[in-house]
Amino acid sequence: MAYSDKVNDHFNNPRNMGSLDKAAADVGTGIVGAPECGDVMKLQIQVENDRIVDAKFKTFGCGSAIASSSLATEWVKGMTVQEASDLKNTDIVNELGLPPVKIHCSVLAEEAIKSAIEDYQNKQAAKA
Amino acid sequence: MADAKTLHYFDNYATTPTDPAVVEAMLPYFTTKFGAVNSRSHAFGWQAEEAVDLAREQVASLIGAKPQEIIFTSGGTESCNLAIKGVAKMYAEKGKHIITTAIEHRSVMDPCRSLEREGWDVTYLPVDQTGLISLDELKAALRDDTVLVSVIFGSNEIGTIQDIAGVGAICKEAGVLFHADACTGLDTETLDINADGIDLLSLSGHKIYGPPGTGALFVRRRRPRVRLSALLEGGGQERNMRSGSLNVPGIVGLGKAAELALANRVADKARISGLRDAMQASFMGELEEVYLNGHPTQRLPGALNVSFNFIEGESLMMGMPDVAVASGSACTSATLEPSHVMRALGVGEELVHTSIRFSLGRFTTQDAVDTAVASCLKSARHLREMSPLWEMFKEGIDMSTIEWKHD
Repeated sequence: MAYSDKVNDHFNNPRNMGSLDKAAADVGTGIVGAPECGDVMKLQIQVENDRIVDAKFKTFGCGSAIASSSLATEWVKGMTVQEASDLKNTDIVNELGLPPVKIHCSVLAEEAIKSAIEDYQNKQAAKA
Repeated sequence: MADAKTLHYFDNYATTPTDPAVVEAMLPYFTTKFGAVNSRSHAFGWQAEEAVDLAREQVASLIGAKPQEIIFTSGGTESCNLAIKGVAKMYAEKGKHIITTAIEHRSVMDPCRSLEREGWDVTYLPVDQTGLISLDELKAALRDDTVLVSVIFGSNEIGTIQDIAGVGAICKEAGVLFHADACTGLDTETLDINADGIDLLSLSGHKIYGPPGTGALFVRRRRPRVRLSALLEGGGQERNMRSGSLNVPGIVGLGKAAELALANRVADKARISGLRDAMQASFMGELEEVYLNGHPTQRLPGALNVSFNFIEGESLMMGMPDVAVASGSACTSATLEPSHVMRALGVGEELVHTSIRFSLGRFTTQDAVDTAVASCLKSARHLREMSPLWEMFKEGIDMSTIEWKHD
């Protein structure tokens, strides 16, 4: 099973790898997956005026999982929170050319985005 | 295209390259000395028979057996199938209980599961964290209706070598047949079917620098005389135990490989384990949280199965495109199931997904080792930077207390 060029690219040149301050009021953090499953994604967004101005990821998982989460951060930067939450895993599958056995990696990335958004929204609700 | 100079091969327990001397020995038997052994009436047939007789002696010498006790097969899988199903069916009236281990190769596991579906009872002995079975547990598992014990000699996954002589002694005392799956390890280890009390033994050509598609099954002829119910029926070759025209060039190659193994095993064992030990020391010296899977000392010399905690196996391999290795991670298997051998060790699931197997061999060089170490360390460091689990570990978070969000 040779990896697609795009997956290789994200692996070798990950976009937005790193961390934001999870305590910051404008940051939402999503952690999904589990070590026993071999996949854990941490995805963070920084939001200003309902727009995602920065995003970072860290992933424990195979090349496809890393590529999916890297791509996710690349896409959500510049989107509104609503647009980001409308992202579908199938968009990721198509962009990266993921084979059937790796589709679950894209599903996890979609969940990571939603989880980060949920965390951000919970923080805003708590402030109010 | 894979080229040994730019893609360094560290997957010898999956398969080995065929030794050039083996290829050379085989070639005449394709186009010049191409007769069939069964052709009794002409020189083409006689020279084929002579070549096969020699190969039988060469294979027998490797394990201390008599030539007449060697049956040629298409490989390790066929040998294991023939041993297990052949004994089970032949001795069914005597009993229908078989004992094996939790870390067998699929070519033993699957015939056992298949026999279970047909009414046999199989006990799978557990292993400890280093991969060893307990001889006391084996003794306790023996019953009046046990007809076969099957134990893997050297694990292709973790390299752990079982106490075969110990198993043999117990089986001898109990009067139960003992099959050893010796497909991995005969290129460096010394096994003697009499000293070790073995009644059947499977071996594989492509694991000992012989040609793929070849193998043999040792079937004891005296004390006791072991009988088998054949899987392949037809022309009655191999004393009715394995019909089919003999693969003469393949058998010649297998014989040559056995001869080379006998001549080189002591020196190869020392050289390979030296390279392997240095590799292991580099990984453990340069990185934290690296764990060995398998027995630290009672282990095949080429086996280096390590878990790099907090880094998933497939991604680690992706980061070393110049090294050919294998992983126990679920992501690398077609079924997304992690290795059953790793599971049987009872290590945490995270260590299963983070395992990488380097298997060194006869043709592994110091240069290749140096490149592989550098490549692996680079990949590991890059992936630890990327790992949320490594981040949590560094922050001192106890991950066993986290409730992970997953389906």
